[in-house]
Amino acid sequence: MDEKIIQAQPDVLVDFDREDAAAGDLRTEEMLINMGPQHPSTHGVLRLMLRTDGELVLEAIPHIGYLHRCAEKIGENVAPFQFIPITDRLDYLAAMINNQAYSLAIEKLVGLEVPERASYIRVIMAELNRIASHLVSFGSYGLDMGAFTPFLYGFREREYILDLFEATCGARLTYSFITIGGVTIDLPDGFLERLGKFLDYFEPKIDEYNDLLSFNHIFVKRTAGVGVISAADAIAYGLTGPCLRGSGVKWDLRKCVPYDMYDRFEFDIPVGMPGGTNGLPREVVVGDSWSRYFVRMQEMKQSVRILRQCLRQIPSGEHKGKVPRVLKLPAKEVYFEAEGARGQLGFLVVGDGKPIPRRVKVRGPSFCNLCIATHVCREVLIADVAAIIGSIDVVMGEVDR
Amino acid sequence: MGRGCELEISHQQDDGMRMLVAQEIAEILKARFPNGVLESATDSSHPHVVVAPELWHEVAVFLRDDPRLALNMLRCVSGVDLHPEPTIELVYDLISMQPGPGGGLWQNGGTIAIKVRVPRDGGHVRSVADVWPTANWHEREAFDLLGVTFDGHPDPRRILCPDDWVGHPLRKDYEFPKEYEGIPAITAEAGTGGTAK
Repeated sequence: MDEKIIQAQPDVLVDFDREDAAAGDLRTEEMLINMGPQHPSTHGVLRLMLRTDGELVLEAIPHIGYLHRCAEKIGENVAPFQFIPITDRLDYLAAMINNQAYSLAIEKLVGLEVPERASYIRVIMAELNRIASHLVSFGSYGLDMGAFTPFLYGFREREYILDLFEATCGARLTYSFITIGGVTIDLPDGFLERLGKFLDYFEPKIDEYNDLLSFNHIFVKRTAGVGVISAADAIAYGLTGPCLRGSGVKWDLRKCVPYDMYDRFEFDIPVGMPGGTNGLPREVVVGDSWSRYFVRMQEMKQSVRILRQCLRQIPSGEHKGKVPRVLKLPAKEVYFEAEGARGQLGFLVVGDGKPIPRRVKVRGPSFCNLCIATHVCREVLIADVAAIIGSIDVVMGEVDR
Repeated sequence: MGRGCELEISHQQDDGMRMLVAQEIAEILKARFPNGVLESATDSSHPHVVVAPELWHEVAVFLRDDPRLALNMLRCVSGVDLHPEPTIELVYDLISMQPGPGGGLWQNGGTIAIKVRVPRDGGHVRSVADVWPTANWHEREAFDLLGVTFDGHPDPRRILCPDDWVGHPLRKDYEFPKEYEGIPAITAEAGTGGTAK
């Protein structure tokens, strides 16, 4: 310590105005900082170990597992119907889509047909849940960046969607509504009218929020050009969902490998665009935090489009196909992926000729998206770590399973 | 109108990039690695090829880099305990994502699963974290929960369980601990809850 002061002092005294020379001689020590597991901007119980040099983060190492509840072990000890409530608790902000993905995987394994109306109800629920999930992401990302109001707006709109869910299945967060063979009950009376009213109310709000937060000068300064992920890196690290599309990769399972009724709808796939084009702020780079965030904002509009088409197309009929009380799983296996709110949610189900599967593996999109954190959070400011992690939008229930 | 468009698109796909079916991928692999492909089941519900563990890393590099295959995305790595058989099966689900013409929608260039079978006791296989970086965490998970060792892994630690955890919970013969760090576990015997059998 003394040696350092002696070394540094002559420079400072002799060449006081040569700041760079002085800075070159001053050695600072690295410091390890624990960010999380209880930290507002880590979105749950994520713990990041930051190796810092002053304000600069040299390395960020995520430590996960705080929310590990052995979902996969439960999966191989209970029948598929009993596992559906567990899927709710993976990505608890988009539980409908989890139900849907697992149901589709089991239907593929057993070879069950789903009535058309049931498929439409599933799409309605999945898209509503996608909007609800993106609203939380929008609100909490604003909160991360120091804007409190969008959080309240996001939750206000989400409340209308939760009311619709509550009217349908009684639950507001963990629904277990979409089930193997269809959905548990048909839509309540007046649901479609309420949905139509909500869409009319909600659609203009998205533009309002873009004006309020997306194009806000401070917000753009905080997020544009921060945490840039190239398309090649995004694919190599297995990123999916808005994180992949933010890097300019136009890939969405709903279009590329359609399931349920998604091939019947017209919708666009928003991707990250370079700044200065299409009215985007000049600072924006494809694959940065702002692009990932903005893909979500645009996806809400596309979900509204899909929902409007659902309203026009939905047929009457059965809401659930014929499903035996005890499903005997054949000695086969399937791997099925659905486009969740955060990316591709995959289930590998290995049957054993018994009612209980041998293995249920969950590919949580947040798990795969988060693994790029160390690669991106290198030589960035501490404040940027919050911007990057927030833009990846992880739900720890899905990371830790 | 709608029909016509669909036909046109599929025609275009034929000209540019065509989706390989699992059968074709398996043929290409067999031609390149006659000793590496142990088994193939490409018309099953989960089309897959079983690869010899000692050749897996070489096969992985080929799968990613061969221009015909270009399986650039590793979607998932799952370990399946085949107890009472003394084998753990690692399932690597791969997909080829290729840019569409004119900056349009990307296309699915083909999917396949690769299986690598290792013994339950002391099973190990070369890590492919250098081929697909996403394998890093997936392999840590397979090590943590199933106890497969990945040689050459950049960060061979547990990921979901604490570092001092004993055993690998997803093994079929795993015994649930009675306590952890002096904290007693809730067991079926105590009558306060249920555990798996």
